[in-house]
Amino acid sequence: MAELFTLPVLFGIIYSGIRLATPYLYASLGETFAQASGVLNLGVDGIMLMGAYTGFFIGMKTGSVWLGLLAAAITGMLMGLLMAFISITLKAEQGISGIGLQLFGLGLSTLLFKLTMGSVESINGFQAIKIPLLGSIPYIGEAFFNHNLLVYGAYLMVPISNFVLNRTTLGLKIRAVGQNPQAADSLGVSVTAVRYLTVSYGGLMAGIAGASLSIALINLFQENITNGMGFIAVALVYFGGWKPTGVLIGSLIFSFVNAFQLWIQVKGINIPSDFAVMLPYILTIAALAFAVKRVAAPAALTKIFERGEN
Amino acid sequence: MKDKWNVREFLNKTVDALLPLLAVPAALLIGAFLLLIFKVNPLEAYWQLLKGAFGDVSGITQTLVKATPLLLVGLGVCIAFRGGIINIGGEGQFIAGALAATAFSVGLPNLPRFIILPLSLLCGILAGGLWGGLPGILKSRLGVNEILSTVMMNAIAVQLSNFLLRGPMIDPAELEAGTQIAQSALLPKAVWLTKLVPRTLLHSGAIIAVILAVLVFIFLWRTSIGYRIRAVGSNPEAARYAGIPVPFYQALSLILGGVFAGLAGAVEVTGVSHRMLENLSAGYGFSGIVAALFGKLHPLGSIPASILFGALLVGGNKMQRSMQVPSALIDTILGLIVLFVVSADIWSRYRATRRQSHG
Repeated sequence: MAELFTLPVLFGIIYSGIRLATPYLYASLGETFAQASGVLNLGVDGIMLMGAYTGFFIGMKTGSVWLGLLAAAITGMLMGLLMAFISITLKAEQGISGIGLQLFGLGLSTLLFKLTMGSVESINGFQAIKIPLLGSIPYIGEAFFNHNLLVYGAYLMVPISNFVLNRTTLGLKIRAVGQNPQAADSLGVSVTAVRYLTVSYGGLMAGIAGASLSIALINLFQENITNGMGFIAVALVYFGGWKPTGVLIGSLIFSFVNAFQLWIQVKGINIPSDFAVMLPYILTIAALAFAVKRVAAPAALTKIFERGEN
Repeated sequence: MKDKWNVREFLNKTVDALLPLLAVPAALLIGAFLLLIFKVNPLEAYWQLLKGAFGDVSGITQTLVKATPLLLVGLGVCIAFRGGIINIGGEGQFIAGALAATAFSVGLPNLPRFIILPLSLLCGILAGGLWGGLPGILKSRLGVNEILSTVMMNAIAVQLSNFLLRGPMIDPAELEAGTQIAQSALLPKAVWLTKLVPRTLLHSGAIIAVILAVLVFIFLWRTSIGYRIRAVGSNPEAARYAGIPVPFYQALSLILGGVFAGLAGAVEVTGVSHRMLENLSAGYGFSGIVAALFGKLHPLGSIPASILFGALLVGGNKMQRSMQVPSALIDTILGLIVLFVVSADIWSRYRATRRQSHG
């Protein structure tokens, strides 16, 4: 155990933890907007998979990771729109629609992968950018200031999301629609428009989250590359109490535990790796058990809005 | 007048029940476009699918073999969803059930058949109930969202299974041969479910599943516990006013959901694989949800729905072999079917409100 507590290992864990949180941050911050407006999009994982696939495929074919990122964002947004259409316009049960979207995304991304690529290939993804001066500090520079753009971007989205949700009229509308859609509606806020916006935006962010895996962190695409990350991202929104800073804390805890268990395996410490992999999930359940009582969910979450109903 | 109204009601109900059926051709149509993009003849691909699923005795029996776990998982989904609980932990509960049944029967191989078989299945039921029960208790006591906790329990079950199949439960023969394939020892013959058709995979689990479907129907619509589960699911506020302890019945629906998925796992090891394998479940936990939804969350409706989806899975494999169409197409189609079925609900509701305002 002692070999885990050396400086290089500790900063190694910090470095991996910061990296690993990236897809969760994008996906959960996007989902925070959807849920704050009252829509639970359980299909995040399926959207992430489609984002990861299109990001990788377009990036590989055009040789530009930026075009890949754009394609992933558009794909994600389109899938978000699909979810919005089904759950808002067609008023379908949100949980079940999400499961359908997840199955669809998993199936379609695998199908396209097998038909267009067939085997796992790798790509030159977003390269690490060392921040001048700060990046040269021993240990700290490597752990904090030597990541690729998508990693920095994920953390930048936290204050931006926070600002939009809490300090702008749009944010106020979103929260109003999520807390009391009837009241918001009577004040002239279009519940439908706000929810379409948030769910499509959530999809866009989930698409980027998927691309962050395939063209910035792992730099390859394989079948079911997310392996359920999208569901964790949804859980992190609950854990974070529907607040961007809460989501940040949740993502960091989850990713640091994950980084820790990866290092346990690297160092060959005698804990069965399966139990190590289990750790973050057990932690999430425990965290959910304690987190729920702290904050109340948006009152209209998962509830279908019917105009003129009390 | 009364007769005429009954006829109309019957017609309305029939239309509502048949509406989801349109989801299958609609999803297949989108699948056909996908195939066309990749220059595969969709008619030929679907013909291979149909032939694979129903073309010969082997196809039909395989379809029924796949339908069995789908139906069992689906029955649990019917109970849970009727109780207003979205249990997506079928996958984990299935694995837990399969592991428990395997551990028990491999551990006590010398018991007579009439003891070991029911007890093995019971172990599967208990393990599944436990795997669903934990999220159930977390939901009722601490208000933890069951969708999320059941997803986590799925991941934990997969890791637990990986650990057991590579360590304590690995087949001793694998260790001797040094091949280290992650699978358990063969189950004692006494615990194998009876074959229904010789030289095929079809086993008596299919009959168990159909009998249970009838029992679940009776349970949900003819017993007071079943009535309360449905009351909690359709309107928890009203149920609370009526004095029904809502959290208790929510936990119960999750436990029962787990019980059926666990049994499905136990039936799969004792009926088909005769040992615990790494990827035994093959997504039954999720496709079981599709089957149940397609059967309108009705236990009896789930029977034909499970056969249909069993056929899609078997036919999809055949299509993959003969046409090189990845079987992921079937997953895509399953996802689309779910989306279409939930979307179609709006028409049923619309027609129901129109009927109310006319009556």
